[in-house]
Amino acid sequence: MPEAMLLGDLLRQMGISRRAFLKYASYMASLMALPPSVAGVMADGLAKARRQAVIWLSLQECTGCTESLTRSFSPSLEDLIFDFISLDYHHTLQAASGEAAEAARRQSMRENRGKYLVVVDGSVPTADGGVYSVIAGRTNMDMLAETVEHAAAVIAVGTCASFGGLPQADPNPTGAVAITKLVSGKPVINIPGCPPMPQAMAGTITHFLSFGTLPELDALQRPRAFFGETIHDRCYRRSFYERGMFAKSFDDEGARQGWCLYELGCKGPVTYNACASLKWNGGVSFPIQSGHGCIGCSEPRFWDRGGLYRPLSAGTTDVGKVIGIAAAAGAALGAGAAALARQRRASTSAKEA
Amino acid sequence: MELLDFARGTALAIAFAVFVAGTLWRLAGVLLLPRIRDFSPAREGAPPAMLGAVRAVLRRMWPRKEFVQATMFATINSYVFHIGLALVVFGLAPHILFIRNLTGLAWPALPSNLVFGIGVITLAALVGALARRLVHPVLRLLSHTGDYLSWLMTVLPVITGLLATSHLGARYETLLAVHILSVAALLVWFPFGKLMHAVLFAFSRGATGMRFSHRGVNV
Repeated sequence: MPEAMLLGDLLRQMGISRRAFLKYASYMASLMALPPSVAGVMADGLAKARRQAVIWLSLQECTGCTESLTRSFSPSLEDLIFDFISLDYHHTLQAASGEAAEAARRQSMRENRGKYLVVVDGSVPTADGGVYSVIAGRTNMDMLAETVEHAAAVIAVGTCASFGGLPQADPNPTGAVAITKLVSGKPVINIPGCPPMPQAMAGTITHFLSFGTLPELDALQRPRAFFGETIHDRCYRRSFYERGMFAKSFDDEGARQGWCLYELGCKGPVTYNACASLKWNGGVSFPIQSGHGCIGCSEPRFWDRGGLYRPLSAGTTDVGKVIGIAAAAGAALGAGAAALARQRRASTSAKEA
Repeated sequence: MELLDFARGTALAIAFAVFVAGTLWRLAGVLLLPRIRDFSPAREGAPPAMLGAVRAVLRRMWPRKEFVQATMFATINSYVFHIGLALVVFGLAPHILFIRNLTGLAWPALPSNLVFGIGVITLAALVGALARRLVHPVLRLLSHTGDYLSWLMTVLPVITGLLATSHLGARYETLLAVHILSVAALLVWFPFGKLMHAVLFAFSRGATGMRFSHRGVNV
């Protein structure tokens, strides 16, 4: 396929009608909370877009992000990969391997200098010179630095790439860090989640292709359109929360009746993601609908925040020992003060006598 | 979320340490003081000392009838916010979870909306208590910074709790963090101000009851 071909031409060749294309643009615009009038602009922008070169780096990761995205429903990454973008390098999906794969990455970087997108899943180990994750004999740190140098933007996919994720969990033996810690001077967008929602990924790339810019981001550099509201805000069990009806265990009557999972450690109230509104597997369900509380996987350090099953209102540290020591110290201080008072009284009585 | 992590972790741990150490310090310091012995014989018909103490604690739950009229507002208003605070603290599901995490004890929760309503009434009663303190000429003269600080430390968790429950004014994690921090501030201040009356009232009232019942006086 010629790189110079416009996306609109490509889709026409593939038999995709203008109507279907507009429908897709409308869906994407509404998904990203853009005004309806933007759908036409987005469709025009997409039609005029040239194939976007994308280099996908899989660093210290589990491939769950790729699994999630490639198994998604429309608008899916397959649509994007095979119709919209030119995925020049991806360990799991590309046919080439070894030196040929590395050559493909370098060629793409050369030919699309300053224009290509770098998508990263997985965190970057930095301890001991970064030896804990190596690709083609090069550390992740080294490969990332080389690849992002002339990139147009970097998209960190998944919580590991966005915030360090599981590899960064205490005690973080590999010194894992998020992409933002190592990339400077480039726009970096985070699409966290373990795994992230495919619509967020598709929406971000579509926005970039249509308008040439990244969508509006929140303080953690996540697209507001997908991470602007909490799971709790859109949860269908919210009414039970308001009424104070909580499941006490995963198999009690409350759980069967679909009551709120707050007491079972649900992190929905403090987790920003679109799971509750867009849902997974083509809108079939999401974790809370399947009976498990949200674990807050799209938030930084979700693994180290006091346990997945500890309710949000409970403290995160075991204060038993602290209270024990404080009680002993307080009682000793009080006894000491009383003893001093007794001593003073005795000496006063002796003087009076 | 960083503020919430701090509130749920370090802040609460420090607050509990200060609360427990401070409360026991004051309690032990008072209870272990040398007692002034009363060598006089008890008045005929005087109840045992402990009974006199318990009677005084219970009787003084309501003012003597001579003072009922004069103290009606203060008495009823105080009951409203004391009972309100107890229902909010021990009736809301998230609070019970907090206590369960600390002690292992749990009990059925009240409906959240009901507790929210009680919280609003409690807040109104606390504002009423402050207004009375500011308006009443004698009470105003008697009040010092510590009294206002005790009021503030009590009212802040109520306000922040209402905001957190209704998700009003900021993101939930910020509201929850601020609420937990306000509770931490209350715990830290508790032993050093008049909030300590929650523990000491029974001892001071009981001691008075003991002395007076020994002399045949019902207080």
